[in-house]
Amino acid sequence: MRDFYGVTLNSPLMLGTAQYPSPAVLAEAFRTSGAAVATVSLRRETGGGQDFWALVRELGVRILPNTAGCHSAREAVTTAQMARELFQTPWIKLEVIGHSDSLQPDPFELLKAARILCAEGFEVFPYTTEDLVLAERLVEAGCRVLMPWGAPIGSGLGLNNRYGLRSLRAHFPDIPLVVDAGLGLPSHAADAMELGYDAVLLNTAVAKAGDPAAMARAFALAAEAGRLAHEADPMEARDMAAPSTPVIGKAWLS
Amino acid sequence: MRIEVNGVEREVQDARLDAILNELGFAEAKVATAVNGDFVPLTARAERQLQPGDRLEVVAPMQGG
Repeated sequence: MRDFYGVTLNSPLMLGTAQYPSPAVLAEAFRTSGAAVATVSLRRETGGGQDFWALVRELGVRILPNTAGCHSAREAVTTAQMARELFQTPWIKLEVIGHSDSLQPDPFELLKAARILCAEGFEVFPYTTEDLVLAERLVEAGCRVLMPWGAPIGSGLGLNNRYGLRSLRAHFPDIPLVVDAGLGLPSHAADAMELGYDAVLLNTAVAKAGDPAAMARAFALAAEAGRLAHEADPMEARDMAAPSTPVIGKAWLS
Repeated sequence: MRIEVNGVEREVQDARLDAILNELGFAEAKVATAVNGDFVPLTARAERQLQPGDRLEVVAPMQGG
């Protein structure tokens, strides 16, 4: 299993904490899946934050705070600084949104924020596209993990650009890669892991399922199956049939 | 003086950030703060003086994806 800024995770599943029907269901989803990381956010305190923090600590998993909803490097940097103090971790899932319909990252502001945060000692998990040039720049800035989107956040479409994701994997063999966002089904998670990705990060597909705990477990199993398959070196696909049963020695019966 | 706290105008007695948080009921809460868009660490709250019209953000852990 690949390490993330020196931390080896015992599951390739990273799970969000939003949109569950209840805190109990959220906790159950983490228990049944064995997810190793929980993403969290910061919002204006209106009374619920303290209870939520107690719940998250009880999960006993690593915390990955995000900068969700930020649209500029300045906002994202300030949010990251507040998150580091509050959650006592240098990890930050850096989201800088550039497009309101697709929630696509703003590559320019993302890079600007990544440079500042890496220089300040943060361990940045950038939510990015599969763009190779941007990925290069993020790595040059000091990012040691990349998190390309599978599809727009909350869409459940799966891997929209398998070619792009495969290229990214090939270009960055030594950088841990996480498909973040857009996964809808466990098969999407298996797909990402079969491409050689190191983890998947999702939220809506589990939280909005009819049975979130069962779906969380399904995603965990699929991600693990995909990881094993990748390590097992899959066969090459081919266009023509090739008999698997030996032809030689077949009885002459016609 | 009047300042903006999480987007709402509020009247506060003190100018020091730690005292303001006390006054607003955040003394024991796990929160982080920013003034006018800049992070103010916990350790700097006692020295940070606010001016009328300043924008104070008080944030807490919340669900996220």
